[in-house]
Amino acid sequence: MSGNEAIARGAFECGARFAAGYPGTPSTEIMETFANYPGVYAEWSPNEKVAMEVGIGAALAGAKAMVVMKHVGVNVAADPLFTASYTGTNGALVVITADDPSLHSSQNEQDNRHYARFMKIPMLEPADSQEAKAFIKLAFDLSEHFDTPVFLRTTTRVSHSKSVVALDEPRITEDRTAIRFNAEKFVMVPMNARKRRIAVEDRMRDLRAFAETFPENRMELNSPDVGIITAGISYHYAKDVFPEFSYLKLGMVYPLPAEMIRTFAARVRKIYVIEELDPFLEEQIRALGIEVTGKAIFPYTGEFDPGIVEQAITGSRKAARSLPEIPIPPRPPNLCPGCPHRGLFYVLGKLKIFVTGDIGCYTLSFMKPLEGMHSCICMGASIGMAHGMSKALGEKGRGKIVGVIGDSTFLHSGITPLLNMAYNRSDAVIVICDNRTTAMTGMQEHPATGFTLQGERTLGVDLVALVKTLGIESVRIVDPYDLQAVRIAIKEELARPGPSVVVSRHACALFKREKVASRKSFRIDPKKCIGCRLCLGLGCPPIAWTAVENESDSRTKETEGNGSRDGVAVIDQNRCVGCGLCEQVCKSGAIAEEEG
Amino acid sequence: MTETKGILLAGVGGQGILRASDILCSVFMAAGLDVKKSEVHGMAQRGGCVTSHVRYGEKVNSPLAKKNDIDILVSFEQMDTLRYLDYVKESGTVIMNTEKIFPPAVNLGEALYPSNVLETVRRHFVKVVSIDAATLALRAGNIRTVNTVFLGAISSCLNLPLELWEKVLQESFPSKLISANMEAFCSGRGAK
Repeated sequence: MSGNEAIARGAFECGARFAAGYPGTPSTEIMETFANYPGVYAEWSPNEKVAMEVGIGAALAGAKAMVVMKHVGVNVAADPLFTASYTGTNGALVVITADDPSLHSSQNEQDNRHYARFMKIPMLEPADSQEAKAFIKLAFDLSEHFDTPVFLRTTTRVSHSKSVVALDEPRITEDRTAIRFNAEKFVMVPMNARKRRIAVEDRMRDLRAFAETFPENRMELNSPDVGIITAGISYHYAKDVFPEFSYLKLGMVYPLPAEMIRTFAARVRKIYVIEELDPFLEEQIRALGIEVTGKAIFPYTGEFDPGIVEQAITGSRKAARSLPEIPIPPRPPNLCPGCPHRGLFYVLGKLKIFVTGDIGCYTLSFMKPLEGMHSCICMGASIGMAHGMSKALGEKGRGKIVGVIGDSTFLHSGITPLLNMAYNRSDAVIVICDNRTTAMTGMQEHPATGFTLQGERTLGVDLVALVKTLGIESVRIVDPYDLQAVRIAIKEELARPGPSVVVSRHACALFKREKVASRKSFRIDPKKCIGCRLCLGLGCPPIAWTAVENESDSRTKETEGNGSRDGVAVIDQNRCVGCGLCEQVCKSGAIAEEEG
Repeated sequence: MTETKGILLAGVGGQGILRASDILCSVFMAAGLDVKKSEVHGMAQRGGCVTSHVRYGEKVNSPLAKKNDIDILVSFEQMDTLRYLDYVKESGTVIMNTEKIFPPAVNLGEALYPSNVLETVRRHFVKVVSIDAATLALRAGNIRTVNTVFLGAISSCLNLPLELWEKVLQESFPSKLISANMEAFCSGRGAK
């Protein structure tokens, strides 16, 4: 069971029946798994802030609620959570933050342990799937007992690693929901919030005392020479290479058990603090007056592995063998064969314009050969940035600024900036890449798909009508499989004064629900191919270049007047899905549908 | 068996690597061993590098192996074998595909696909198995059984009863796909 599946299972076992979230790697599978358990309510909210507010509301109504997101999602959800720390919960509220050291699938590698301290909310951190299942239960217990939201933090290697998990019988749940009025506790105006502010400090004092006896903060005393203080996956990396050392494994990373740390420090001669990203534990332990070694030898950046831990502490790696030093071309992720984004960004990359981008599969189009995107910051930023650039550039920017955002991302946080664009009037063109799903995280529903997380049919918002309602007068739909149509639409809208929106609509090539009849694959006639490489400019994975080694061979002799070519393009029939973009790009008529 | 052993599966997104490593874990669990595996998914991994670490033994701590500590490297793509060689123990086994999948830089003419990959690997490792998995998969009746061909090749390096593999494979596929996968498995198991 993966760490994510284990969290969902643990929540179900302990009686949680309510969850809200927004998809984001590496957290997505928690909601997807939880949604399939009987008797639960689980929803994809449009964004993490909404999910958080939904969770706060559910907890206020007495439910055991789980809110799930990736690390940067907490930035979006931070506003309500900072104050929910003051109000506390009637039921229980556990917030999952799935951090991504090494940025496997994220725009930054922020360390969300800081949020626990900043918000004065306790945080638990499991080290594997079995702990993930146990800790989510402990998190709910803590939330109920201390009347506080509780963080459960994972990292990619906990969320996406699989290990053996022993299952327990689900607890019989009793319905504790009810409408309860308590304005002093839940109306956070200054006069009430000042009182709650004090309650928060009292709670922190109680939590610090609790941390001292929390069984998941545990000492494993072995060698008195070296002690390791660690939490999460780093514990297993260290145990792998240094089983003989003593350990203080912290299941709760905030607040810390000061007395337990002092006791541990007194039992060992030298202490290492092993933690990925920031010296969060290290700085707090130093503040206790305990000398430890941490970031002096461990990296701040990237995730660890047993090799990194071993090398940092021993100071050397086993003499590496001499292995071949052959240059290996990099293999970056690429848009899939038949990806509808490819046609759009092929066109955008050829125009001399600045494209503000956003978060989604399409962000990959910044790379060669498409080079159709020039900025990417966070969910929804494309629209506000396009507007800002357009306003700052004035005349210089007219007809040169395009913002691109996916359908799910638009609904997540693109609506308000588009409203701003309509209200404050700029000349940029916004393209909504509508592939009918949240593709990057694996086909999750959103408010325009017409389905909920639990598979029920629902209202699917009409993007064109929504955009018009926001005040954008010029809105049109194009199919990105039609390069000429995209080119005309973008150019005409760029020439038009005032803001406009183009909806580039074609379902994700991997999205089974909207899959149309399968198309025939395409092939390149080697006799007609002139070796111009234009089709390679699409960066489509099945199209490869093959050098023609002997131009005098019989095949190329038949080529009509193109003796100068040094190779031809070929299409891998097994992988081509027949989108037909290459046929539109080819100027020598060499590409056609497979016959028969 | 007290020592933790490691298998690293690597290749290109979309080749069925994660599915193969899931099945591999089921086999170890069926054999009564502790097992952990780790991989990264998301961010349109199709076309990009995908790796899956599988570690098994009596009690496994880290799901990730350190370099120089992998017992079996299984590379689903020819040149990508080179990318992970430093993970393999000197006495380890390298199972590699003959298939080449060109990355964008090669298609754009900015980089060359390495030549003599097999010879290079053989110079450094004694136990090397090179498999034309696509051909074996097609012969088994389904190109998508490439990953099962590799499971077969892995099985011949491990000391686990054949019945265990057969049982797990049968539980892992819908009934109409079982015969093709069993044939793919057997052809991989027989590959030298």
